[in-house]
Amino acid sequence: MTEKKCHFDEMRLTDGVRSPYAAYDTWFANQDNARLSTKSEEAEAFFRRTGITFNVYGQADAEERLIPFDLVPRILSAREWTKLSKGIEQRVRAINAFLYDIYNRQEILRAGVIPKELIAQNDAFLPQMMGFAPPGNVYTHIVGTDIVRTGEDEFYVLEDNARTPSGVSYMLENRETMLQMFPELFSQIKVQPVSDYPKSLRRSLAACAPASCEGRPCVGVLTPGIYNSAYFEHSFLADQMGVELVEGHDLRVRDGRIAMRTTRGYRNIDVLYRRVDDEFLDPLTFNPQSMLGVPGIMDVYRAGNITIANAPGTGVADDKAIYSYVPDIVQFYTGEKAILKNVETYRCSEPDMLRYVLDNLADLVVKEVHGSGGYGMLVGPAASKKEIAAFTDKLKANPGNYIAQPTLSLSTVPIFTEKGLAPRHVDLRPFALMSPDRIDITPGGLTRVALTEGSLVVNSSQGGGTKDTWILED
Amino acid sequence: MLGKTAGGLYWMFRSLERAENTARLLEAGFRIALTRSSDAESEWKSIIVTSAAQMAYEARYDGYDGARVVNFLLRDTENPSSVLSVIKSARDNARLVRTALTTEVWSAVNETWMTLTALLKEPVTQTELPAILASIRQQSALVRGALHGTMLRNDMFDFCRLGTFIERIDSTARIIDVKYYSLLPAASFVGSRMDNVQWETILRSVSAHRSFRWAVDDDYTAAAIASFLILDGRMPRSLSFGMSKIVDNLGYLAADYGTRMPCHDMAEKLLVRLKDRDINAIFEEGLHEFIGSVIEDNANLGQQIEQDYRFNS
Repeated sequence: MTEKKCHFDEMRLTDGVRSPYAAYDTWFANQDNARLSTKSEEAEAFFRRTGITFNVYGQADAEERLIPFDLVPRILSAREWTKLSKGIEQRVRAINAFLYDIYNRQEILRAGVIPKELIAQNDAFLPQMMGFAPPGNVYTHIVGTDIVRTGEDEFYVLEDNARTPSGVSYMLENRETMLQMFPELFSQIKVQPVSDYPKSLRRSLAACAPASCEGRPCVGVLTPGIYNSAYFEHSFLADQMGVELVEGHDLRVRDGRIAMRTTRGYRNIDVLYRRVDDEFLDPLTFNPQSMLGVPGIMDVYRAGNITIANAPGTGVADDKAIYSYVPDIVQFYTGEKAILKNVETYRCSEPDMLRYVLDNLADLVVKEVHGSGGYGMLVGPAASKKEIAAFTDKLKANPGNYIAQPTLSLSTVPIFTEKGLAPRHVDLRPFALMSPDRIDITPGGLTRVALTEGSLVVNSSQGGGTKDTWILED
Repeated sequence: MLGKTAGGLYWMFRSLERAENTARLLEAGFRIALTRSSDAESEWKSIIVTSAAQMAYEARYDGYDGARVVNFLLRDTENPSSVLSVIKSARDNARLVRTALTTEVWSAVNETWMTLTALLKEPVTQTELPAILASIRQQSALVRGALHGTMLRNDMFDFCRLGTFIERIDSTARIIDVKYYSLLPAASFVGSRMDNVQWETILRSVSAHRSFRWAVDDDYTAAAIASFLILDGRMPRSLSFGMSKIVDNLGYLAADYGTRMPCHDMAEKLLVRLKDRDINAIFEEGLHEFIGSVIEDNANLGQQIEQDYRFNS
């Protein structure tokens, strides 16, 4: 999709280079394009050799792909970051409080802030979680908040990924790659490190261990297996944390605990960072066909003998219909105004809004309430009349399944091309870790970039690339 | 460590070892085909037999043509033992146990897979064969080097080594068995002087033709060569060397875990049969029978290790 509006360029305004990019710009001016091209190829070879790839479903012969890496960093000042991270922390706290409330007293529903149907009819809502509090009252152990920018001080939250956000391995490997390729840059420009993330994750998960845990908590990462699209990330995180990477068939319920089969017999796990969706977590409670999960794990969980991160049922806070209420959720639980703005969102379930959406489809982006990865959406400005007509029918048939948002004028950051720098649209996914005593947000995050000129689609499954994200020291 | 991880490490290194052995075997076959064209067909057949692929091969092809054998053993994805298949399997296992490998070992395996997949994309011609075989051996050495240079000497390392040596013993034993029989016109020739070039190929299959000359002050007699390949504890591809390594690595596991398992007794018994023996006594027992029982016991030992350390259940 393309558009011809004027965008905020994070590196260069008409009157010169923005200050966070000043030092980088000076360095870049002295670089030779041919050398940078070589560096770009080196980076790709590095990613290939270390196996930093993702799997693409339904594509024979291309089972593993690289996410293209752009060597120009995206740079934010310490001041910009402070505001962003405060805003994220506030949202994460509110969403966690919301989940606790929804699965316990449901005060927010009684107060009429959120319509009851939105919860009752939500597929991600798990009745099995009612009246249960997870260890430390933490539901959202790991959150990846998608943020876009439209101007100097204009940041919007696009999505709160509170289920199982991926991409953190790219954040870490992108930095590693930059450090190897351009060490001199890091001695000239002080960038806040991201390498603590695995340690923080381990600490944060261990801090959520159940009361039954004795001694040092045993943490594991649960993966669906090597064919999952994010398997690299699962193994990377387990490796970096120094914990076991397990699959469902490595685990079983034993004496009321979850134990993994080791070369010395069974060993109990206290905290499971699962990268398996709720539906597949326990065939005895959810999908009986699933081979990915652990039969009986929900009973162990409800008995307080294991921590599951993120908590089952967290997805109820994650869909795009709830999203539109997050500012109200923040207000309700924290008493504060939301620091970060939402994108204006039209809920098609509401007749007035549906009418508006249908009348203005050519200017809007329409998304499925539960969709992700850029699938199943309509991008109005880029759609043909035929596509709009087809989507009109879908909307009328099941309006509750959709929300619509205006197309934002997303900021751009330059990427490196053979002809030099060229602006491309970006978004940002910082990662927040929640434990009972604190929230850690790694300075930076994953910047995704649309590699096609004018395109707004940054998803890796749709051909987007990534950049290293720098938060400058104060 | 997870049982699954132990199994992944073990099979990863079995696969890598198999790729290397296949390359060595082909190297020997290729040399014979170049030096004695009249007998090439039967030599190519003995290579297929040695790599335990006769049934799979004959189900697809009639006759043992050099180019076909080479491509079947190197790059046929329907042959589960082809170099391409086992390298893929080694890499899949490496992905499975990624958390148990150092970055260097993982990168080496991944690079091996990328390099060999590219090299074996098209049918291999006679001209390219030596370079490709050299590359397979080189890649395999790269992984081994990374393993030795970077891995902690703990249970993970032990399982890697167990996979290597179970596979190597199997391969060396098969080479001795098949070659020996295919080269001997009749059982009565056991112990008699054979054609030097023929015997040298046996040694060449296990890359031991030079070491034999250094280590053994003897002619290329059946007894000297068999003794070298079975009993010589200095020779890294001999049965005795492999089994003593297995006993060592199982010993470290027993000490580390504080538990002895049935596989420990099996391995020690097997080692006794392979060490400090007289080759003539083995000949009297019957070399084929002896080797056959070693292959079988070695396979059982492998299964016992899998069971004792819960690779699968």
